[in-house]
Amino acid sequence: MTEAVLLRGGRVVDPSRNLDQTLDVLLRDGVVAKVDERIAAKGADVVDAAGLVVAPGFVDLHTHLREPGFEYKETVATGTRAAAAGGFTAVCAMANTMPALDDAPAVAFLVRRIRETAVVRVYPIGAVSKGLKGVELAEIGLMKAEGIVAVSDDGKSIANGMLMRRALEYASMFGLPVVVHEEDPSLVGGGVMNEGWTSTRLGLPGWPNVGESAMVARDVQLAALTKARLHVAHVSTRESLEAIRAARREGALVTCEVTPHHLTLTDEDVGRSGYDTRFKMNPPLRAEADRAALVAALVEGTIDAVATDHAPHHEDEKALEFEDAPFGVTGLETALSVLVDALLVPRAITLVRLVEVLSTAPARVFSLPGGTLAEGAPADVVVFSTTKSTHVTPDGFASRSKNSPWTARTLRGRVERTFVGGREVFARGAGTAGSVR
Amino acid sequence: MTTKRSESPEPAVPRVSTLSRKDLLDIESITEDDIRLVLDTAESMREINQRAIKKVPTLRGKLVANLFFENSTRTRFSFEIAERRLSADSIAFSASGTSVAKGETLLDTGKNLMAMAPDAIVIRHQRSGAPHLLARHLPCAVVNAGDGTHAHPTQALLDAFTIRRAKGTLAGLKVAICGDVSHSRVARSNVSLLTKMGAGVTLSGPATLLPVEIERTGARVVTRVEEAVEGADVVMMLRVQKERGGGLGFPSDKEYFDLFGLTPARRRLAKKDAIVMHPGPMNRGVEIDSSVADGPDSVILEQVENGVAVRMAVLYLLIGTSGDD
Repeated sequence: MTEAVLLRGGRVVDPSRNLDQTLDVLLRDGVVAKVDERIAAKGADVVDAAGLVVAPGFVDLHTHLREPGFEYKETVATGTRAAAAGGFTAVCAMANTMPALDDAPAVAFLVRRIRETAVVRVYPIGAVSKGLKGVELAEIGLMKAEGIVAVSDDGKSIANGMLMRRALEYASMFGLPVVVHEEDPSLVGGGVMNEGWTSTRLGLPGWPNVGESAMVARDVQLAALTKARLHVAHVSTRESLEAIRAARREGALVTCEVTPHHLTLTDEDVGRSGYDTRFKMNPPLRAEADRAALVAALVEGTIDAVATDHAPHHEDEKALEFEDAPFGVTGLETALSVLVDALLVPRAITLVRLVEVLSTAPARVFSLPGGTLAEGAPADVVVFSTTKSTHVTPDGFASRSKNSPWTARTLRGRVERTFVGGREVFARGAGTAGSVR
Repeated sequence: MTTKRSESPEPAVPRVSTLSRKDLLDIESITEDDIRLVLDTAESMREINQRAIKKVPTLRGKLVANLFFENSTRTRFSFEIAERRLSADSIAFSASGTSVAKGETLLDTGKNLMAMAPDAIVIRHQRSGAPHLLARHLPCAVVNAGDGTHAHPTQALLDAFTIRRAKGTLAGLKVAICGDVSHSRVARSNVSLLTKMGAGVTLSGPATLLPVEIERTGARVVTRVEEAVEGADVVMMLRVQKERGGGLGFPSDKEYFDLFGLTPARRRLAKKDAIVMHPGPMNRGVEIDSSVADGPDSVILEQVENGVAVRMAVLYLLIGTSGDD
């Protein structure tokens, strides 16, 4: 491990200190040692960051690493290399593995795999209910002792209102947010895309916005009732945003996230794709009015963070009829480019806010280290370009899966280097640290 | 046409024109000229079907594979007869349940079949978009014989052919399409074709069986069947698709028939010379009264008859050997 790295002359963007200025950044002994003009650091490896952005590493609140049980889709090793390639220095691993992360030994096993194979920081999320079945509470307190940072039955909603109430009350004793995937099963039915003109035209079962927002309305009120921390995963509808805004006005402890795909694609992309299952995910891509509302809410602050919902699936699983293929798209390796291309370049968002929603804000939402370049903070840093282009070629992904809706697109914005604890874990051209397959 | 076709030195019928696409997947993806070409070609095919010897060598040496993953009587027989009358070799594959349940994926079935070099694959599948999946991966022509609740283009073409023969034109006609629109690929393809060709379409059905934003097809949308039928030149009734959940949209067959069924009294609201259509199979006494279905205005069996000619035209235009192109 190199003792010291000097990132020279980059545009340093640190939302935690409202900083946006050309400066040098010195990483030493695993922490940010100094951020200043013209730092002299004898013996340090010097990286020329002129023309590039230097920012706190990205933090993903919503990643499916698939280990254990689905190693043919992704592993801790491949998923964290994908994270590094996308500028993420920390990811939160969802609990819907096989077996599910629903007790202390399961979390302990994952923590061991993380220690052995991960190249970025990984924070496990425990299940809310045993086996993600939505019936009985999982061992939340014992999992907390093994290091979980939140609880979630993601992939499924918690249909039973009483279980949801208990989950909020119980998790709040441990300071853990409850992360909810919102869909009312009786309204969603067999829906595989957004309900609207496109679903009617394609003859695919649709599910309407209210399938999500009705559950959000219930849960934000339960959060207010229990005074517990609720985090709404992958918000996709304008009605959900209204429910979240209203609850926050009343003081409920509610945060939420949005994915890069819901910010940039709509159900019309499903129509144009000709039943391409790379555009199938849950919640589905919504209407343009929803997409625009999500962007506005991200800019204005109702939405706290961008999270990828990185959901790798094997090509064979995706090469099925649209209704039969699994939900989910990968996102770690494309998130920055997608957001730069679709939001930053057209000036829909500022660079400081973009970094904030990818880094500072998500770290705060789950109370994680990182998200700042304050002196003494962990040296988790991303260096990226807002002008250079990326051609999305899944064959070159570090992820084991290739199910990206941006396949073959050329996007402005490119991650150049990623450091975790001062150690370089990704450098463009050099590939990710270590080779894993 | 981009499909790979072997060149035959002696074409049985000189080729005059072709469809603008490799496949026939839905009506949206073909042009008005394509539609006219199919309908005009079907007239010649219809003449063949009335000969004493109903067979021509046009598709001799061509192989057509019929993949029926979903039950079908009319459409499957219609395609098989069309293939035989054009002297194509045809093979049939039928499977119940999804391809996944069978253990082999649809794409694998298609690729295996492709290894045996068919010129066209005719596919009926319970999943919307299944023919598109095959068309994207296989070089042969793919003909959609009905996919899920999405499209049934040859049905729309044979309906248009039947209407044109009865009325002389499509443009300017008032067409009522009534019933379980939500689950109907026939309705979607018919609205698309008829509005493209200048007919005015009114869709009607109980609110529970009208899909969201269906008015964006350009059709007028009402819930009262009387409003749709009134003054119509063509009344097309749709089958209530109970196997797709159509039965959940209303309380009982009796109520459906009383409120939404085509009774003789409702038939009289249409023009005197209106024709009555149904894609089959019919639920008599649910969406249509037998006296109307079997009455003098009914062209339901002509639809079936014309189906053969239209499918002959489609296959000929997609895979017929070209002269010197």
